[in-house]
Amino acid sequence: MGEMETAPKPGRDVPPKKDKLQTKRKKPRRYWEEETVPTTDGASPGPPCNKKNRELRPQRPKNAHILKKSRISKQPQVPKKPQEWKNPESQRSLSGAQDPFPGPAPVPVEVVQKFCRIDKSRKLPRSKAKTRSRLEVAEAEEEETSIKAARSELLLAEEPGFLEGEDGEDTAKICQADIVEAVDIASAAKHFDLNLRQFGPYRLNYSRTGRHLAFGGRRGHVAALDWVTKKLMCEINVMEAVRDIRFLHSEALLAVAQNRWLHIYDNQGIELHCIRRCDRVTRLEFLPFHFLLATASETGFLTYLDVSVGKIVAALNVRAGRLDVMSQNPYNAVIHLGHSNGTVSLWSPAMKEPLAKILCHRGGVRAVAVDSTGTYMATSGLDHQLKIFDLRGTYQPLSTRTLPHGAGHLAFSQRGLLVAGMGDVVNIWAGQGKASPPSLEQPYLTHRLSGPVHGLQFCPFEDVLGVGHSGGVTSMLVPGAGEPNFDGLESNPYRSRKQRQEWEVKALLEKVPAELICLDPRALAEVDVISLEQGKKERIERLGYDPEAKAPFQPKPKQKGRSSTASLVKRKRKVMDEEHRDKVRQSLQQQQQQQQQKEAKAKSTGARPSALDRFVR
Amino acid sequence: MNVNRVAESLLALSQQEELVDLPKNCPLSENEDEGDSDGERKHQKLLEAISSLDGKNRRKLAERSEASLKVSEFNVSSEGSGEKLVLADLLEPVKTTTSLATVKKQLNRVKSKKVVELPLNKEKIEQIHREVAFGKTSQVLSKWDPIVLKNQQAEQLAFPLGKEQPAIAPIEHALSGWKARTPLEQEIFNLLHKNKQPVTDPLLTPMEKASLRAMSLEEAKMHRAELQRARALQSYYEAKARREKKIKSKKYHKVVKKGKARKASKELEQLQKVNPTVALEELEKFENARMMERMSLKHQNSGKWAKSKAIMAKYDLEARQAMQEQLAKNKELTQKLQVASETEEEEGGTEEVEELLVPHVVNEVQMNVDGPNPWMLRSCTSDTREAATQEDPEQLPEPATHEVSESEGERPVAEEEILLRDFEERRSLRKKSELNQDAEPAGIQETKDSSSQEVLSELRALSQKLKENHQSRKQKASSEGTVPQVQREEPAPEEEAPLLLQRPERVQTLEELEELGKEDCFQNKELPRPVLEGQQSERTPNNRPDAPKEKKEKEQLIDVQNLLTTQSPSVRSLAVPTTLEELEDEEERDQRQMIKEAFAGDDVIRNFLKEKREAVEASKPKDVDLTLPGWGEWGGVGLKPSTKKRRQFLKAPEGPPRKDKNLPNVIISEKRNIHAAAHQVQVLPYPFTHHRQFERTIQTPVGSTWNTQRAFQKLTTPKVITKPGHIIKPIKAEDVGYRSSSRSDLSVIQWNPKQITTRHSKELKKNSRLSSWKSDSQEF
Repeated sequence: MGEMETAPKPGRDVPPKKDKLQTKRKKPRRYWEEETVPTTDGASPGPPCNKKNRELRPQRPKNAHILKKSRISKQPQVPKKPQEWKNPESQRSLSGAQDPFPGPAPVPVEVVQKFCRIDKSRKLPRSKAKTRSRLEVAEAEEEETSIKAARSELLLAEEPGFLEGEDGEDTAKICQADIVEAVDIASAAKHFDLNLRQFGPYRLNYSRTGRHLAFGGRRGHVAALDWVTKKLMCEINVMEAVRDIRFLHSEALLAVAQNRWLHIYDNQGIELHCIRRCDRVTRLEFLPFHFLLATASETGFLTYLDVSVGKIVAALNVRAGRLDVMSQNPYNAVIHLGHSNGTVSLWSPAMKEPLAKILCHRGGVRAVAVDSTGTYMATSGLDHQLKIFDLRGTYQPLSTRTLPHGAGHLAFSQRGLLVAGMGDVVNIWAGQGKASPPSLEQPYLTHRLSGPVHGLQFCPFEDVLGVGHSGGVTSMLVPGAGEPNFDGLESNPYRSRKQRQEWEVKALLEKVPAELICLDPRALAEVDVISLEQGKKERIERLGYDPEAKAPFQPKPKQKGRSSTASLVKRKRKVMDEEHRDKVRQSLQQQQQQQQQKEAKAKSTGARPSALDRFVR
Repeated sequence: MNVNRVAESLLALSQQEELVDLPKNCPLSENEDEGDSDGERKHQKLLEAISSLDGKNRRKLAERSEASLKVSEFNVSSEGSGEKLVLADLLEPVKTTTSLATVKKQLNRVKSKKVVELPLNKEKIEQIHREVAFGKTSQVLSKWDPIVLKNQQAEQLAFPLGKEQPAIAPIEHALSGWKARTPLEQEIFNLLHKNKQPVTDPLLTPMEKASLRAMSLEEAKMHRAELQRARALQSYYEAKARREKKIKSKKYHKVVKKGKARKASKELEQLQKVNPTVALEELEKFENARMMERMSLKHQNSGKWAKSKAIMAKYDLEARQAMQEQLAKNKELTQKLQVASETEEEEGGTEEVEELLVPHVVNEVQMNVDGPNPWMLRSCTSDTREAATQEDPEQLPEPATHEVSESEGERPVAEEEILLRDFEERRSLRKKSELNQDAEPAGIQETKDSSSQEVLSELRALSQKLKENHQSRKQKASSEGTVPQVQREEPAPEEEAPLLLQRPERVQTLEELEELGKEDCFQNKELPRPVLEGQQSERTPNNRPDAPKEKKEKEQLIDVQNLLTTQSPSVRSLAVPTTLEELEDEEERDQRQMIKEAFAGDDVIRNFLKEKREAVEASKPKDVDLTLPGWGEWGGVGLKPSTKKRRQFLKAPEGPPRKDKNLPNVIISEKRNIHAAAHQVQVLPYPFTHHRQFERTIQTPVGSTWNTQRAFQKLTTPKVITKPGHIIKPIKAEDVGYRSSSRSDLSVIQWNPKQITTRHSKELKKNSRLSSWKSDSQEF
């Protein structure tokens, strides 16, 4: 379950990402270059962008920022090793020169805090010395690992792209052509249009690495290609209506929801499977860590298919009519279904009923999308409203906006940009900062397409938005959409075939069981309290006594005739009375508190006391 | 028992004899011819018969006989007694108890001799052995407890146990292969070699090494022994001194003192012969001692002893004599020595020169310090006093007045200075600002002039101010100072003001008053803003927290309807996303949707609320009806159990509050995910008592997905590492730092073949308990 969290790991063996898109590329700063020289005017090969009235934020390299901060910050977490300081041998060098910054580099506290998982605000009951030592060990471990993780943040060298207008300028007015003009050739090549007017509106899907693109037209056209190099992998016509298309765990497998059944093709267009138990599928979602393909059908069934073993894990009757709106929560792998009665229901394969049901719109729900951190859900309904909900327990709308025609499609990018397809226009909203919901005040970008939108997805690890519409497929540039740093072991866009195979095996070994899907993915790190108590009860029943109960008081034998039966009884009675008194005292205190509360309430609520109150019984 | 018995039998016997006497006497007279022996035997028999009469004491008297070949009935004799029993003999014990005393003694002896107790049975003995052995063994083994605990808590254990060789080679090895190449390095090394400075790790020069080597072990031992001896001697001497000090005998002390004095004088004489200079120094020392004596005046009448003697002197001749002696001694001690005067005179010549420069008194005082005649001293002091008194009228008033004036003047001056400084600062500031403003070189002079004028004017103002201050003070003082004037009796009217000014409190208060006034006006200007701001800020936070509260309350109160029907701002600045062809269609669709929405909205909400209500109902724990109809009352068709009874038996446990209690637009399922629960931990592992404690230890993920490679490796290190191909021997006491005595400790407890009686066993048990308790106490 936890795999759904954003992994803090830096990409190991990350190849340099040359074609990272930024609207205005900066010349890569070398360490020998002076810091004072601002390299504002980048390596953009095109003409200078002054005419576009765009401006680049003077960017400091992240590393320098962190270092500067860290010099100042005096955090206690950083374990300074006194041995290293005091030991003369470690400091002695042949040349006699001393390290001006001895010891490990300091780490800023905030970064470390990000990786801490133990909630220290929750108080623990008093514990024995042995337990305490274990807890201390656990805490020390956590601190150490989080410090290490924070140190390794240094390796996340890539920075996200951005687009900023000159003061007063609306970035939404910048059109794709301008952006393409401003960026370098490699990035400009990522903007393209496929004019496929023949086979109707297209749906599309990017593979998890963001390297491959599959799209299927409603009239049967299915194609998969390496969209960066524009190398076509396969192109077929399934001679049937295509409702949805989705890559499975790798780009080698392709699931296509056709008119009747679900079909699975390989990357050469060869049909591998026809799954007849999933019929009349309208929407597909793939849960990568569970190897589950979730299908929503016209018949009102939500079916989970385990693609690693080819078994249907669960077929849930949603009891809400035709299912047409589906999305997954990447954080906890919960499936969100939108219904015609304005509700969104949250599903897991382990439960026969929805985990939660949220009433979002007055009309039916047209589109649902959940952001990558699992914090926000965007919904649009027939009431022309676009709402962003908080998924962290409250399920309340954070912001609402009425769109002139309502959004038919929604999608979140990795960095939290929200795109909505309305008719033939896509609107993109950006948040104010990181981990903040997209503000619906001002669109970040808009783009008009040649036909009404039918499918939307942001490309992972690229600043690219893929739009499928009736006129074909458009790949547009959205600066700041993709995560700049990828995990080379998890989803490497540049992986070779061998690496892919290797990854596949590892991913299969680390497959998460389907039944672990629940709203809180960290629940696995909690003790099942109910069964714990049940077990305790059963044990007590089996043994006939409570082994953990407090032993009743047994007076100690005394000498010189003071250990007579009467005195023993007396002593026992004394202790019992003491306990009883304690209980009574406690209960009395409680009663008093309750009374006080009541009185306070009465005082606060009650009107002026009238003279007739004395007759009230 | 035996004693009693014997005594009784004897008593009985004597009584019997008395009784029997009468009839016996008659026949005795008749048949006397029968031998004595016959009679004796008869007597014996009689005795036996009599004794047998007594039912209890049926014991036969021991009859001893020698073994002989011919046993005749006449031959039997009562040799045990040896003598003829006389009636008097029998009567004797009644009178005296001497014979019984011996018996008693014997009996006591017998009593005091303890009876050997029965040995315990085998099982019991073994059990005791086991208990004792257990106690001792556990005590011996308890010393391992800390080590075991340490090993249990250790992050990692590496076997076989043994000291690890340092992996990194020492720096000497690393340096041995290294040579100086660059000229700088060579130069440095040459320098180092010249001074024989160590290049490698042991930071000792050859000299130091040699010195270290020079001191052998034997020498060190000898040195130590010497030191020990010296210390011992010192302690002995100290002890002796202490003992002697404690002696209270005056005579003894006198003798000791005299002896010492004699010794000292002898030594002095010797010294004079040998080394006159040292002798002189010694003499000086004596002189010093004398001076001390004189200064302290021990030998006057002030001492305790002297006072007591003074009282006694009236009546006691000896006391009087002692007093006189004392006084004589005093005189002797206080007399001026001739030698010292000579030196004085000698020095006086030199001093005379100085006298010209230095006043007379000073020298005298100096001389006084040296060690002078008290009479002279007295006169000197009187002289000085007189001089002082003479000078006083001239000098004293002046400095006093001066001081007064100074002390009076100082503070105002200081005030003025402060004020001036302030003005200067202000002026400089103004200048700067002016300079900054004007920035014209020509204007500087003017500004200077103006500034000087300003200074003047300011000075004027300042003086005025000061005057005003003074006046005000005066006024205040005059108003307030009437009482103190009277009290002080210093009625000089001119000095009044300065005197009053002298008092620091008032001045300060006045200043403070002024300052306060200024500050007040400043504060009056400044404060309101922050206060207002503070108020505002206070108000705003007040408002703010209120607002969320209200909001919360509202949220709770809000209907789903409100939540959904609230008008949201619509986006207008958007590029309108319509194509002409689809416009009409969309309009139609829109209309349809509008109608739908208009009618569907309420329905949607109502349906949802209904659904939620149902869900809540379904999740509520059901009541269980436990009423037994017909139990305790009439039952049958058409009869219902009474309400009272129903109330008694209905059971409705209330569950925890629902998660969506305050969320009107949400239904959260309360059902447990059993499949996921199967993967959760269901039993708390050992040291944890609460589930939250355990949860804390498993919250950090271990896998390499969430951790850096190093952290992952550290988190997954095995707890025990064994070296392949090595024998892992059990831990030894030497390994841990104990001496190996565990065996011997254990061997103490061996199977003792001695018999153990119950008493022993009790003692042993007690001991073992004690020892175990001790070990416990050591542990904690």
